Amino acid sequence: MAARRRVLPGFGLGLGYTLAYLGLIVLLPLSALAWKASGIGVAGLLHLLAAPRTQAALRLSFGGALLAALANAAAGLLVAWVLVRYRFPGRRLLDALVDLPFALPTAVAGIALTALYAPNGWLGQALMEHLGVKVAYSRLGVVVAMVFVGFPFVVRTVQPVLATLDREMEEAAESLGARRWQTFARVILPMLAPALLTGFALALARAVGEYGSVIFIAGNIPMRSEIAPLLIVQKLEAFDYAGAAALGVVMLGFSFALLAALSLLQRWSRRWAEQPA
Amino acid sequence: MTLELSRLSRRFADFAALDDVSLDIAPGEFLALLGPSGSGKTTLLRILAGLDHPDAGSVRLDGRDFLATPARSRKVGLVFQHYALFRHLTVAENVAFGLRVRPWRARPKRAEIAARVEALLQRVQLEGLGRRYPAQLSGGQRQRVALARALAVEPGLLLLDEPFGALDAQVRVALRRWLRELHEDLGLTTVFVTHDQEEALELADRVAVMNRGRIEQIGAPGTVYQDPATPFVCEFIGKVNRIPLAREDGMLGAAGWTPGRDPWRGGQARATAYVRPEHLALGVAGDRPGWQAQVRHVYLAGSVAHLELDVQALAQTLEADVASEDLARLGLRPGLGLRVAPRRAVVFPAGSGGDRWVWQADEAVVAV
Repeated sequence: MAARRRVLPGFGLGLGYTLAYLGLIVLLPLSALAWKASGIGVAGLLHLLAAPRTQAALRLSFGGALLAALANAAAGLLVAWVLVRYRFPGRRLLDALVDLPFALPTAVAGIALTALYAPNGWLGQALMEHLGVKVAYSRLGVVVAMVFVGFPFVVRTVQPVLATLDREMEEAAESLGARRWQTFARVILPMLAPALLTGFALALARAVGEYGSVIFIAGNIPMRSEIAPLLIVQKLEAFDYAGAAALGVVMLGFSFALLAALSLLQRWSRRWAEQPA
Repeated sequence: MTLELSRLSRRFADFAALDDVSLDIAPGEFLALLGPSGSGKTTLLRILAGLDHPDAGSVRLDGRDFLATPARSRKVGLVFQHYALFRHLTVAENVAFGLRVRPWRARPKRAEIAARVEALLQRVQLEGLGRRYPAQLSGGQRQRVALARALAVEPGLLLLDEPFGALDAQVRVALRRWLRELHEDLGLTTVFVTHDQEEALELADRVAVMNRGRIEQIGAPGTVYQDPATPFVCEFIGKVNRIPLAREDGMLGAAGWTPGRDPWRGGQARATAYVRPEHLALGVAGDRPGWQAQVRHVYLAGSVAHLELDVQALAQTLEADVASEDLARLGLRPGLGLRVAPRRAVVFPAGSGGDRWVWQADEAVVAV
């Protein structure tokens, strides 16, 4: 088979670097984690998983992250829409504000959110009095912190796709008799779906791994508002390194499964872009 | 359905896209809007589709206000220049779109939609490609999908924006003929926008020539070509030689040649004669009015040959067309000297107060 000629050569070198880099940055630490975790053995792992406290923490970490990513997908889509489709004074400022959750140290974000939503903070007090909703020191607080740190992802993935979306497709839909919501649901949303799913996956991954901001607002009540990363830190502080690593591996496994499923869904959502076989 | 467009104006910032345009479109007519880019033709099309709205003027359909009808209820089939196909839907889903978005009561049954899509794909010669995505089709195929999608809603008016603009020359000519046949089959009122005069002349029943937001002339292709109403139409449609005329001894003429008559009776000091390349007689006898010319280039373009003739007396280069079989017979080659004279010209006075004059030579001035 003759080698295919390319405009930019360097496939061999490029792939070599990529593999070496990924191995060093991603695979090596993860294998060290797995190796460390193997210290507790299968029985130890099962025992760890069977513990109600572990289960509650994992449920909160993943359930909360899913809810937060869903909230971010909806809000992010709306924000991206407003930033791309409308021209108004202050648009650029608003656009810059979107990235702030990334720039802030997460602990600062956690403290700020806690101050705001605590029973004596200004939002927390009002919510408690009028709606009877307790945000800080509850599971809701965990989700709020997760929404905050994952917010920019969906906006930033959807924005460029929305900006390059062919407006004539919307006009074609209208001229074919589609109502506005039909144009949105049948034309715009499917075109945005791949980017939306990418943003959702990133926000989800970020929320699952979030530690700094969550522990301040969560209150960390065992079985109620305790996240899995906190359990890991607690095990470390108790010098249970193998246990901490094992819990880490479990989280890794769940995350990987979720992200793989999302990736498959993403591929399906852009099946139309594939070239003829 | 007769469409009456009356006094339409549309401005974008300080640019007048449409400036007091009035036009009637008869049922079943095939109308071309022809003009250079920025002449307002696409704006006019978008107004008919309901995607844009005029600042002033009205559009009436059988006497009813068409502008008050929202785009989705106008029953207008629109084919975009770049097709605007739904990339995430298959060809069949694209065609079915207009039927599927109908309210539940008016929506045909699934099987009926499938049958109609199949029939339409057959009509546009795309049977068997229903399951492909637009990305997997050629330009000509996409164009026909866009057409099938527009026809699926059974429109009363078909609008095409530069329908052949993005296609290569061969596909373009084939699709043109095919579209003309389709129009004869369906009898659907069709308006298409083009900047290609050949396309407009070949396809349309009537051509509206647009310039700077106004309609310069509207008429049958033959009329617009043979009897252009304004200098712009002369220059925009087909190739034309522009020869300035001035009064010499009381007669309008240029470097010894004169049309021989004077419709303005000495009223105009200057005028411009527009002469089509095929209306330039070659090899004019020495005792007839004409200009001495030298062949500079011969371009053979299939059945016709284009000549570039240097005329020193006019200090300009004229273009002349001859049948390519005449090339050898007349011994036409670069460097050859010969006498030329117009056979037919459209003359526009330079000043106001005079009408356009279509001039025809009295007798055969041609020596060939």
